[in-house]
Amino acid sequence: MSLYRTELRRLAKRRFSRWMTVLGLLVLATVMIGVFFSNQKIDASALAKAERQAEQQYQEQVRWSEQERLACERAKTDGTVDPNRFPADCSVITPPPREAIESRWFLPSTFDFRENFGFTLLPFAAILALVGFVVGASFVGAEWSTGGMMNLLLWRPKRLTVLLAKLSALLTGVLAVALPAAVLWFGGFWLVAVYRGSTEKVTSGVWQSFALTGLRGIVLALLMATVGFALASLGRHTAMALGGAIAVMVVGQFGLAILLDMAGVRFAEAWLLPTYAVAWMQKKVTLEDWEACNATFTGECRPATFDVTWQQSSVLLGVGLVVILGAALWAMRRRDIS
Amino acid sequence: MPAVLEIEGLRKTYKSRRRGTRNALDGFDMRVEAGQVHGFLGPNGSGKTTTLRTLLGLIRPNGGRMALLGHEVPAALPTVAGQVGAIVESPQFFPHFSARDTLSLLAGAGDVPATRIDEVLELVGLRDRAGERVKTYSLGMKQRLAVASALLKNPKLLILDEPANGLDPGGIREMRTLMRNLAESGMTVVLSSHILGEIQLICDSVTIISLGRRVAFGPVEQVLAQHSSGAVRVRLEAVTDLPVATEALTGAEIRVTGHPDHLMLTGVDKPATVTRLLAERGLYVSELAPVAVDLESVFLELTATAPVPGQHRQVDQSATVGGAGQPGATGGGWGA
Ligand SMILES: Nc1ncnc2c1ncn2[C@@H]1O[C@H](COP(=O)(O)OP(=O)(O)O)[C@@H](O)[C@H]1O
Ligand SMILES: [Mg+2]
Repeated sequence: MSLYRTELRRLAKRRFSRWMTVLGLLVLATVMIGVFFSNQKIDASALAKAERQAEQQYQEQVRWSEQERLACERAKTDGTVDPNRFPADCSVITPPPREAIESRWFLPSTFDFRENFGFTLLPFAAILALVGFVVGASFVGAEWSTGGMMNLLLWRPKRLTVLLAKLSALLTGVLAVALPAAVLWFGGFWLVAVYRGSTEKVTSGVWQSFALTGLRGIVLALLMATVGFALASLGRHTAMALGGAIAVMVVGQFGLAILLDMAGVRFAEAWLLPTYAVAWMQKKVTLEDWEACNATFTGECRPATFDVTWQQSSVLLGVGLVVILGAALWAMRRRDIS
Repeated sequence: MPAVLEIEGLRKTYKSRRRGTRNALDGFDMRVEAGQVHGFLGPNGSGKTTTLRTLLGLIRPNGGRMALLGHEVPAALPTVAGQVGAIVESPQFFPHFSARDTLSLLAGAGDVPATRIDEVLELVGLRDRAGERVKTYSLGMKQRLAVASALLKNPKLLILDEPANGLDPGGIREMRTLMRNLAESGMTVVLSSHILGEIQLICDSVTIISLGRRVAFGPVEQVLAQHSSGAVRVRLEAVTDLPVATEALTGAEIRVTGHPDHLMLTGVDKPATVTRLLAERGLYVSELAPVAVDLESVFLELTATAPVPGQHRQVDQSATVGGAGQPGATGGGWGA
């Protein structure tokens, strides 16, 4: 217990964890402020204005098609028809129907809580996960590389206890930041919806779904923090985890994506990790293969689809976590510390 | 006296794919009794740090047994760790924390009361700089902090690996006084070093290691006595009397080497014999000095690391006494 409390104290004292947390929260705040200013509330005058703009556009189309038709007829009589410019029959040049120009297009963007909030949880989880990974890696990586771990083991010669106490402290720290951040995120976007959009039709079911998504986001952040921690502990250096992550992303993911693409593998994204992270957050990611066209009765082309579900993601993430953390604990038990 | 630290037949082999295997410890033995200041001597790369690391559970031995404060380690390490303060190799700390924070975190992890932090900072002379980041410390200051961290638990056994590293002469002297005081208060101190003058000044007993094996051990005087050849230098009031003196002494089965102004005698058990023999002939001694052997020459002799003109000794060129035979068993045991 004293070990766990001490490790919490160490985590809070580390400037790197403080600054990364502040940076992460600033990015989140920036996203929220950006959404606030790029959305507007739709009132009667905004609707009327959009209506006017649609009408205006329609009138322009009418004028323009009229001009074109006249030009076409004039060219016909002059005998200088450019077949690329005008059709054979000038009367097919007509304006689009009035309904084709919707006033909806001219509305400013607005933040509908029910429609839009769910998407904001993705960057929320991504930023928390990134901060968790980096802080987790540095927390134990710097301990290894500066000899702090050795000092600590001279004090408490129980290797697994020491490592797990550090991990618990880290996860507590991540939770301590993520939970209030989530509350602020929900509250903040509710305010954005109140002032710059609408909070209509947000039923308790919708709330529940958002809450569960937020929870999955926090679990993702905890998982990434653990993975960063375990990698840095395995490599005994912060840079090992960061370098490993970059290597996985660049070589493993971009490289793999290019290779899979060249090889013409179907549903190439199914081999890429971010797909699973997104599936974990959004419950399902539907991959589409436009090469395989399943013709429908209407003659429309429907791509073949492949669903990645959050259950599949949870199995993958769980197995990954067990393997990496297991390796870190095993190495901690076995290896010579010098 | 009970042994505070016991090592028997300790072996540690480092395997590397390119360089094959290296026996860093090759059947090493060591014994430290309670209340002593014990010097652990050996040239660079002889296995001192490896021994201490193994003892403290940082690395796994390939064989042998060890005990600390009467408990077998590494099994009982969690029980005894609270009574063993140690620094291993050069001190390393998280560079962005202050000395006080560093000690406070260690104290927290080991359930040591916070008041102890100021006590140890005072002891090692870091009181006024304790609030500064370790990054800004000199090597000597880091060394002091390391000693402070080892003292924090008020241990029964204090193990320091090369504590004089990086200390200024004043610091070395303070450290010496500190160790003596600690030993007087009942703490057992084990001190690894290659600085021999240091060890000779403060240690009660020593263990000398070379190439992973013990080559000598016992109380300092005993180790010295084993290697002092009983040499005595004699001067007379009149140089002209030297031949007479030579004759008298040779008659008493003392080996004598003549020099222009003095005689060197070997094989003397009591200098008083010399005085008596010469006085019987009416010769008066103006100087009678046993030639002191210091630990350094014993060390150089035992580990065969004395410099040879025209040769550059490489780090692993040292010797184990008696070749592959039993060190210590020869020469009647070094005071076991
Ligand atoms: N991690 C390691 N891997 C391989 N060889 C090592 C390792 N640590 C120490 N050694 C070797 O073991 C021998 C003893 O080293 P050490 O105990 O550090 O000597 P010292 O007496 O100077 O403290 C040296 O030859 C050293 O090169
Ligand atoms: Mg050493």
